[in-house]
Amino acid sequence: MSVTVIGGGVMGLCIATELNARGIPAAILDRAPGPQACSWWAGGMLAPWCEGESAEPAVVRHGLGAADWWRDQGVPVTRNGTLVVSPARDTGALARFARRSQGHRMLDAQGIAALEPDLGTRFDRALFFDSEAHLAPREALAILSERLARTQAATGQVIDCRGLSARDALGDLRGVRGEMVVIRCPEIALSRPVRLLHPRMPLYVVPRGDGVFMLGATMLESDRRGPPTARAVLELLSAAFALHPAFAEAEVLELGADARPAFPDNLPRIRRVGGVIHANGLYRHGFLLAPAVARMVADHLQHQTRPEFMDADHD
Amino acid sequence: MPVFYGTEIDSSLMLGTAGYPSPRILADAFARSGAGIATVSLRREAGGGQDFWALIRSLGVGLLPNTAGCHSAREAVTTAQMAREVFATDWIKLEVIGHADTLQPDVFELVEAARILASDGFKVFPYCTEDLTVCDRLLAAGCQVLMPWGAPIGSGLGLNNPHGLRALRAAFPDVPLVVDAGIGLPSHAAAAMEMGYDAILLNSAVARAGDPVAMAAAMADAIRAGRAAWLADPMERTDMAIPSTPVIGRAFL
Repeated sequence: MSVTVIGGGVMGLCIATELNARGIPAAILDRAPGPQACSWWAGGMLAPWCEGESAEPAVVRHGLGAADWWRDQGVPVTRNGTLVVSPARDTGALARFARRSQGHRMLDAQGIAALEPDLGTRFDRALFFDSEAHLAPREALAILSERLARTQAATGQVIDCRGLSARDALGDLRGVRGEMVVIRCPEIALSRPVRLLHPRMPLYVVPRGDGVFMLGATMLESDRRGPPTARAVLELLSAAFALHPAFAEAEVLELGADARPAFPDNLPRIRRVGGVIHANGLYRHGFLLAPAVARMVADHLQHQTRPEFMDADHD
Repeated sequence: MPVFYGTEIDSSLMLGTAGYPSPRILADAFARSGAGIATVSLRREAGGGQDFWALIRSLGVGLLPNTAGCHSAREAVTTAQMAREVFATDWIKLEVIGHADTLQPDVFELVEAARILASDGFKVFPYCTEDLTVCDRLLAAGCQVLMPWGAPIGSGLGLNNPHGLRALRAAFPDVPLVVDAGIGLPSHAAAAMEMGYDAILLNSAVARAGDPVAMAAAMADAIRAGRAAWLADPMERTDMAIPSTPVIGRAFL
C-alpha cells in the first residue's frame, strides 16, 4: 500500500509522517509549508486542558499525547505549562475558568512572579497548567516537510487534507476566521504561553524566543482570508498592553489572518467520500489534534478500524 | 404569545446566536429552548459569514438581524440595509452603541436611525433604555416594538431598574415590550415576564453557561412560568400578614 496526501498543512504533514513511520510510503502533494496553509498562522500551543474549558472532552482526551508525538518527530517542544490570568476587574472569569477545566493549580502573586519574573506581581492570581507545552509552528512544519521531501513520490490511496479548500467535497465544513500579530519586545521575557481572560478581547501570548511573541487570535464566523481588520489588531494589541504595558513599545513584525476549517461541532472528521479519505476540521486545534487524527487515519488504513473521529462514509 | 408587526411568534424567548462553543451546541440550545426568533449579527462577519448564516437559517426560526457594533445612525442604517438584502427580511434589531464601557444605547442616534429606517419600510426593534421620553420618541419615529435593557449587554446583572421597567409597561400597555440585554439567570427573565413583558431577548446567559443547552431549557421554563403568572393576575403585596386559614379562637395580637 502507498498513499498520496493532498495538502501540506499540519494535517497532511502529520498523516504522511505517521504513515512513513509505520512503513507505509506516503508523499505530500503540495508546495512547501507557507502562508497558504492556515497552520502557518497558528499559535502552536499544546494546551489540551485549557482548551477543555470550552471544547468537547474529546479534544482533551486526544490532545494529551500531542507533545510527545511532536517530540518524537524531533520537533523542539517546550514543556513549561500555561499561565492563565484575568484583569483585576474580572476575577470571576478566573474562577469560572478553573471550574470548567482540569489539570491546573491556583498561584498567588508570588507564585506567578516565581514562574514569570517579568509579570511580577501585576496579577493577584493565576491558573497554572503545568503539564502543557508549546512549539513553534513554522519550525515544526519545516521539520516534517523536509523529512518527507526525501520520500519517494507515491500513488495509491488518496488522503485529502486540503483544509477549507476541501469544501467542494465536504458540504458541512465552514471557515472560522482568526487574526494574529507577531511582535518583538526584548524588554519582556516569558517562558510559557500566557492567556488573558477578558470578556471582550480574550488573548494568548506565545513566546517564540529572542523577544518575539505571537498574539492571537480572534474567532469570527467568517471564511474571509484577507488581512486583519483594524479592529482585530487594536483588540489584540490592547489586550497585550493590559497583560504588560511594556508591550506598547514592541515592534510589530507581522500581521496575519486566515480561516480555520471547522465542522459544526468544531471536532475533526475522517470521512470517506468515494475512494478518497478526507481528514479535516481541526478548527483551532491543529497542532494539538493533528497527531491523534494522523494515528487514527493510519489505524484505519492498516487495520480497517473505524476510529472515533471517523463518521459515516459518503459514497 | 407576542405579536410583532402583525406576526405572532409561538415563543416569548428570542435567542442570540453569538459566542456558543460550537454551531452544534447553538443548534441544540435553540431546539431545547423552543425560541421563536434568532438574532444574528451582520457587522463583524461582513464579507464571509455565509456558512454561519446558512446554519442560522437552518434553525427554522424567524430571523432578526441586528446592527450590533454600530456607533452612529449612519452606520446603523447602512448595516440595516445590508442585513435586509442578506437575510431577506425587513425586521431589524436596531442597536446604536453610545458608551464604550456600558455599551448603553446612544438614544439620540437611535431615534434618528429609527426614523430613517421606519420611513424606508423597515420593521424596527430598537434596543433602548427604559426612559419614557426616549420610548415615546421611538414610537413617534415609527417603531411598534420597544426593547429596553435590563442591564448592560453581557453583564448578566438582571433587571437593574425594576421600577422603571414596570412604569414603562404601565405607560404603554398596548405596545409589545421586550427586555433585551442584561439577563443572566432564569429568575431575571421570569421577573420581567411577571411584570407583563411580552418577550425576553438574551444571548450570553445561554451561550456562556457551562452547559448552554441546559440553560436554554431553564430560560424557556422560566419565561413560560413568568408569562403564566402575569396572565394569572398575581395577588397584591401587603405589609401585613394575611393568614390563609382562620385564626379565630387562637391568640393573636
